[in-house]
Amino acid sequence: MATTLQPVDAVLVGFGWTGAIMGQQLCDAGLNVVALERGPWRDTPTDFATGFAQDELRYMWRHHLFQNVSDDTITIRNTVDQEALPMRRLGSFLLGTGVGSGGVHWNGQIWRFLPTDFLTKSHNEKRYGKKAVSDYDMTLQDWGITYDELEPHYDQFDKVCGTSGKAGNIRGKIQPGGNPFEGPRANEFPNPPMAQTYGPTLFGKAAAELGRHPFPHPTGNMSQAYTNPLGVQMGACTYCGFCEKFGCGNYSKASPQTTILPYLLQKSNFTLKTESEVLRVELTPDKTRATGVTYVNSAGEEFFQPAEMVILSAYVLQNVRLLLLSGIGKPYDPKTGEGVVGKHYAYQTMSSVNVFFDDKILNPFIGAGALATVIDDFNGDNFDHGGLGFIGGAYIAGMITGGRPIEMIYTPQGVPNWGMEWKHAAAKNYLRSFSLSVHGSCMSARGNYLDLDPTYRDIHGRPMLRMTFDFTQNDHKMSDYLTDRAAEVAKAMNPREIKLNRRSGSWSVTPYQTTHNTGGAIMGDNPKNSVVNKYLQSWDVPNVFSMGSGAFPQNAGYNPTGTVAALAYHSADAIKSQYLKAPGPLVRA
Amino acid sequence: MVTKVNQQRRKLLIGSVAAGVAGAAAASVHDGELGAPPQTIRGAVPWKEGAADSPPGVSGSGYNYFTAVEAEFIVAAVGRLIPNDAVGPGAVEANVPFFLDRQLAGPFGRGDHYYLGGPWPKGTPEQGYQSRFSPAQLYRAAIAAVDQYVAAHLGAATFAKLAADDQDKTLKGLESGDIKLEGGVDAKSFFTMFLQNTKEGYFSDPIYGGNKDMGPWKMIGFPGAHYNYKEWVSRHGETVPFPPVSFKGRPGWTEG
Amino acid sequence: MHRVTRFQKRILAASALAVFGVSGLAAAQMLALPAHPVSTLTPRDLLTRQLGDAASNAAQVNRGRYLVAAGDCMSCHLRQGGEPFAGGLGLNTPFGVIYSANITPDPNTGIGSWTSEQFYHAMHDGKSAHGDDLYPAFPYPWFKRVSRGDDDAIFAYLKTVPAVNYTPPKNDLAFPFNFRSLVGAWNLMFLDSHDFQTDTGQSAEWNRGAYLVTGLGHCGGCHTPKNSFGADKSKAELHGGKLENWVAPDLTSNTRIGLGGWTVDDIEEFLASGRNAHAAAGGAMAEVITNSTSLMSDVDRRAIAVYLKSQPASPMISSAAPESGAMHRGEEIYSDVCSSCHLDNGIGQSRLFPPLGKDAMLQQEDPTGLLHLILGGTQVGVSSSRPAPLGMPSFAWKLTDQEIADVSTFIRNSWGNQAAAVSASDVGDLRKKLDLRSLRLTDNSGDH
Repeated sequence: MATTLQPVDAVLVGFGWTGAIMGQQLCDAGLNVVALERGPWRDTPTDFATGFAQDELRYMWRHHLFQNVSDDTITIRNTVDQEALPMRRLGSFLLGTGVGSGGVHWNGQIWRFLPTDFLTKSHNEKRYGKKAVSDYDMTLQDWGITYDELEPHYDQFDKVCGTSGKAGNIRGKIQPGGNPFEGPRANEFPNPPMAQTYGPTLFGKAAAELGRHPFPHPTGNMSQAYTNPLGVQMGACTYCGFCEKFGCGNYSKASPQTTILPYLLQKSNFTLKTESEVLRVELTPDKTRATGVTYVNSAGEEFFQPAEMVILSAYVLQNVRLLLLSGIGKPYDPKTGEGVVGKHYAYQTMSSVNVFFDDKILNPFIGAGALATVIDDFNGDNFDHGGLGFIGGAYIAGMITGGRPIEMIYTPQGVPNWGMEWKHAAAKNYLRSFSLSVHGSCMSARGNYLDLDPTYRDIHGRPMLRMTFDFTQNDHKMSDYLTDRAAEVAKAMNPREIKLNRRSGSWSVTPYQTTHNTGGAIMGDNPKNSVVNKYLQSWDVPNVFSMGSGAFPQNAGYNPTGTVAALAYHSADAIKSQYLKAPGPLVRA
Repeated sequence: MVTKVNQQRRKLLIGSVAAGVAGAAAASVHDGELGAPPQTIRGAVPWKEGAADSPPGVSGSGYNYFTAVEAEFIVAAVGRLIPNDAVGPGAVEANVPFFLDRQLAGPFGRGDHYYLGGPWPKGTPEQGYQSRFSPAQLYRAAIAAVDQYVAAHLGAATFAKLAADDQDKTLKGLESGDIKLEGGVDAKSFFTMFLQNTKEGYFSDPIYGGNKDMGPWKMIGFPGAHYNYKEWVSRHGETVPFPPVSFKGRPGWTEG
Repeated sequence: MHRVTRFQKRILAASALAVFGVSGLAAAQMLALPAHPVSTLTPRDLLTRQLGDAASNAAQVNRGRYLVAAGDCMSCHLRQGGEPFAGGLGLNTPFGVIYSANITPDPNTGIGSWTSEQFYHAMHDGKSAHGDDLYPAFPYPWFKRVSRGDDDAIFAYLKTVPAVNYTPPKNDLAFPFNFRSLVGAWNLMFLDSHDFQTDTGQSAEWNRGAYLVTGLGHCGGCHTPKNSFGADKSKAELHGGKLENWVAPDLTSNTRIGLGGWTVDDIEEFLASGRNAHAAAGGAMAEVITNSTSLMSDVDRRAIAVYLKSQPASPMISSAAPESGAMHRGEEIYSDVCSSCHLDNGIGQSRLFPPLGKDAMLQQEDPTGLLHLILGGTQVGVSSSRPAPLGMPSFAWKLTDQEIADVSTFIRNSWGNQAAAVSASDVGDLRKKLDLRSLRLTDNSGDH
C-alpha cells in the first residue's frame, strides 16, 4: 500500500541532464519540485575522485556507473517476426543511472543539429524527391520546431557547460577555424577550444589538404577554468583520457554535478530523493490529467507523490516505457502504422577507420572525451546527395578520447585477436595508432519501434520494454560512403596502413557503439503523428512533459545531448511563461 | 558496502536464477550497484569525510574459485592467448589466472550485472549473451566441456596436457564455434568472455590481481593511473616520461 | 584565590591539556537534513530570509538574523540529520563531549520560555536561565563583548525560527568536569572582566572589525592557541590554534604562516566566497564561510579584514631542512596524485584548487591540518554566488602513512614553502583519531 506524500508542484522522474535543467528552471520560477532518481547519490570527490576514477576495468567493463540490468533490462530483436530476448548484459549502449546519470559518464561532446536536420522530411523531399525520404520503409517527419527557435537554448546550455570550441557561424558570418556548416550562433563559445594532441592535429592537416573544413570538436571538457552563470565552477581538463564511461575527478567535465546541482541544492523548494524508482504515472479516470507518480525506494517502501506536473526526465527508454505502462498516448502498431508511442525508435550509425604509423608517437593516453579535430563536410545535407541513394550523413572526427588498453588497442587488418602475433602488434602499435570516428545519422523506419514485451517482466512485475531495431539500407549506404570519406583523410595522413571498421550487417547488442538511443516519444506538429508537442508536452495528458532524445523523430549525425538540453530549456521557458499562467495544452491540436 | 538491503538483494538474485522465473517478485529495488539506502537530499551538497568509492581490490593468494583441474586449464589457455617472450610478459607471468579467479569468486562471477532470468530460448548472434549461466557457472561448465572434448577427440586427458599447437587449434575452434561443446555451453560465448577477461587481467590496474609489476603497461607504454598530461598535450611526438603507476603507487613512491 | 588554585591543581592532575573553547566541528561536513522536517526552510533560508515589515519588530528581527549569521550560531546548533538551531551536535573537548543546546523557541526543550534578560546573561556571563554555569564550549568569553542591543536582536530573531521539540543528549563529561560549579572558577580565572571597548586611536572600520573578531565572530575560539584550561593563551591572540584535529591558521601578519601575504581584498573575498587566489576554505572553516561570513555585509567583511591586517606578526619559526629521500619520494607522489588538480609545480587553479606555493596553511608548524585534508578530504565553504563546495577527495584508502608523510614533507618544502618534515607516525596517529584505518565507502560502493 503506497503512502501518499505532500503534494508538490512538479515531480521530476529521473535526475540526469534534463532533470537538473528542469529542476533549476522550475525552482527559479518558485515551484516546489521533487526529483526522484532510481540510482544512488554520487559526487566528484567521493565517487569518482582522481585517485580512482581512471579504472578501466571497474567502470567500462564492470559497469560500475551504469544501469544494472540484473533485475530490469530491455528485450531486443532486429525485426518484428523475431522473438525478442533480454539484453542480458549492456553492450551496444551503456545506460546511465544514479544522480547525474549519463551526464556523469558521457564524453562531453556538445553539438547542435543543423537547421535542415529539423526539417528532415520536407527539406530532403524538396531537394531529392519523394522516394528519397520513403525508400527502405523510412518514415521521416519534421520536428515541428526550427533551429532558430532552439538557438537561444543551445546558447543557454553552452554557457552552463562552459563549452570549449570555435564558432563557425556567428549571426550568419562565417568564422575562420570553426565549422562553416553549422547554423548561425548568437555568440562565440564561452571557452576557447582545447589544445589538440598529435593525432587530431595530423587529421586536421590532412583534411585541409583535401579541401575539407576541419575545426576543433565543441566540448564540455574545459580548456580552462570556468565559472558558469549559476556561479558553479569547473577546473581545467588535464587530459587524463578517462571521460566517456567514467566520472571526471577534477571538475573539468560538464555534468549535472559540476554545473547545476550545487546551485539547485541551495534552494529550499528543491528535494532530491535517491534510490527511488517511479513505477507509473497515475492518471485521473478519464486519463486526461496526471495526478502524480507512484514510486518504490530501495527499502521496499511504496509512495504516491501527488504533483501538479509530471516531468519525465529519465532516459529515453525509461520515459517511453513509463508512457506505455501508464497508458499515456496510443501505442504504435508497426503493422497498421497507427498509434504514436514507441514509434520512430532510432539510433546512431557508427563506423571507424584505424590509422597506423611507424614514425609518429601519438601518446593516445593523452586524451579527453571530445578531444578531436572534426570535419562536417559530409553531415546532414551539407553535401549533394544526388545519385548517392541515401540521405543523412556523419561527422568524421580524428579523435583521441584516451588510450585505455583493454578497449583501445588497435591492431592492423589480418592480425588475430590473441596469441603472440596479437601481443606483438599491440606492443608495436599502441603508441602509434588512433582512430577516426564516423558518427552517422539514423533514419526512422516503419519496423523500428519500442513497445512492451509480452514475456519478460522486471522485479516489480512490470513488462520490460521491447526494442525492435535494425539499420536501414539508407543508413548502411550512408555509413559506407562516409567511411570511405574518412579513409580518404586517413590515407592523406601518410600512415603505414589503415583499417576500415564498417558498420556491416544487422544491429547487434554486443559491441559498444554509442548510447544515443532516440525516438519513441517523438515531437511533432499534431497529435496524429507525435507523442508530444514542440514544448515536449503530451498531447493526451497536458500536465505530463517528456524530456530527452525520445522526442527526436529521427536521429541526426551528431551527439544528442546539446539538442536534448536545448529542448528542455525551450520546454521550461514555455512552462514558465505560458503554462503556469494557464495550465493546459500549449499547442491547440 | 554490505548492508541488509544488499544481502537481501543478493539472495534474491541467486534465488531468481535458480528458480528461473521471469520477473520474480521482489520487495525492493535497486539500480547501479547494489545496496544503497534511499536518501532525501535538501539544502546542501551531501558529503562525508574520509568517504571514497575506492576500488574493490583483491587480496590473498592461491585460488578461491578454481579447482586444481580448472586452474590447470586456465594457466595453459591464457598462456596461449597471451604467450610470454622478451617483448613483454605473457598472461601467466602477468598473474592473469589469479585475476580471473578473484573475478569469478566475486560479484562479476555471480553475474551481478547480468540479467539471468528465463525463459532462455536460443537467440540470434545479434542478441548477444543468452545463457542461463552466470560467468562463474559458465567457466565451470565450459572448462569441463572443453576437457571432455579434448579427451574425446584429441587423445589427451585434458586441454592442459595438449601440445601448444593443439591447444591453439582448440582455442581457434572455440573462437569460431566450429567446436561444439556438451553441457549446454556455447563455445563462442565462452571464448568471447574468456578472451575478454584475459585481456582485462592483463591490462587492468594491479589492484585487481593481474598486470603484475605493470609489465603489460610497460610493454605498450601506457602510464596507468597518472591523471595529468596538461603540459604534454602540445608536445607532439615526444615520449612522455611518466613511468606506469597503479592506484597503489609504483616503486618511485617508496624508493630513494 | 586559594580555591582557584586548588581547582587548577585538580585539572592538571586530570591531564587536561588542550582546548575547551571548540566550535561545532565534530562532523566537519555538510549536514543532511531530516527526511520529514518540521519546517521546509533550510538553514540557508533561515539565515537569509527577510521578515516582512508588517511585524512590529521586523527591523530588530532582521538585525538579529544578521547577527546570528555573524556569530555562526548555526554551525554548532545544528546536528547531522537535525533541525536548524535545535542543537544536539556533540562537541569533542578534551574533557568530554558537550552537546549544543536547543535554541529554538520551543517552550519545553528550547528557549521559548526565556526572557531577553536571561538570554543576555547567557551571552554575557555564561549563565543558563536557571542560573547554572554554561560550559565555555559555548563561546560566552567572546560573546561577553556583544552589546545588549545586539543580544536583544539575536533573541528576538531566535523567537521567530521554527520551534523544535528536541532535547539534546546529556553532556558526557569525565569527572570532575561534570560539575558545572567548577566553571565558575574558570570564569574567575579567564573571563574578561570588561565589555568591548572602542579604541579611539583607530578608525571606526577597525573598531567594527575588532568588535566582530573579538566578540560575536569569536574568531579566537579557534585561531588563538589555548592554555591547559582551554582558555586563550595570553599574548598569542590569533597566532593559530588546534581543534578537532584541524589547525586554525595564524591570522596575524606573519608572512609565512599568517595573512602577511594577503591583501585586505584577499581576506574579504575569502570570507565572502570561501575562495580566493591563495586558498580555499576547507576543513572547519568551510562551515564558517557557509553559515556565517558569506552572509555578512561587504562592509563588515572589510572591517574584519582591516582589523586582521593590523595584527602584529607572530614570531617566525624555523625548521630543519628535510632529508632528500622524503623530498624525492614526495615529488613522485605529487606528480601522480596531486597534480591532477593542483597542477605541475603546485601552481593550482585560482579560486578552485589552491596554489600550493608560499602557502600559509601548508607551513603551519603543526601539520595536522594538511594531514587531515589528505586523509579525510574536505568540502569548501559555499555562498549564494559560489555555490559549488569543490571537494578535496580523501586519500586515506590510497596512500600509506609513509606516503602521506613524504608528500606532505615535499609540499611543505617546495615552491617557497618551508616547514618541518612530517613523520609516518604523525599520519598514523591522525588516521587513528579520524577512524580512517579501514575503508569508508559511499552509497555507490555496492561492488565491494
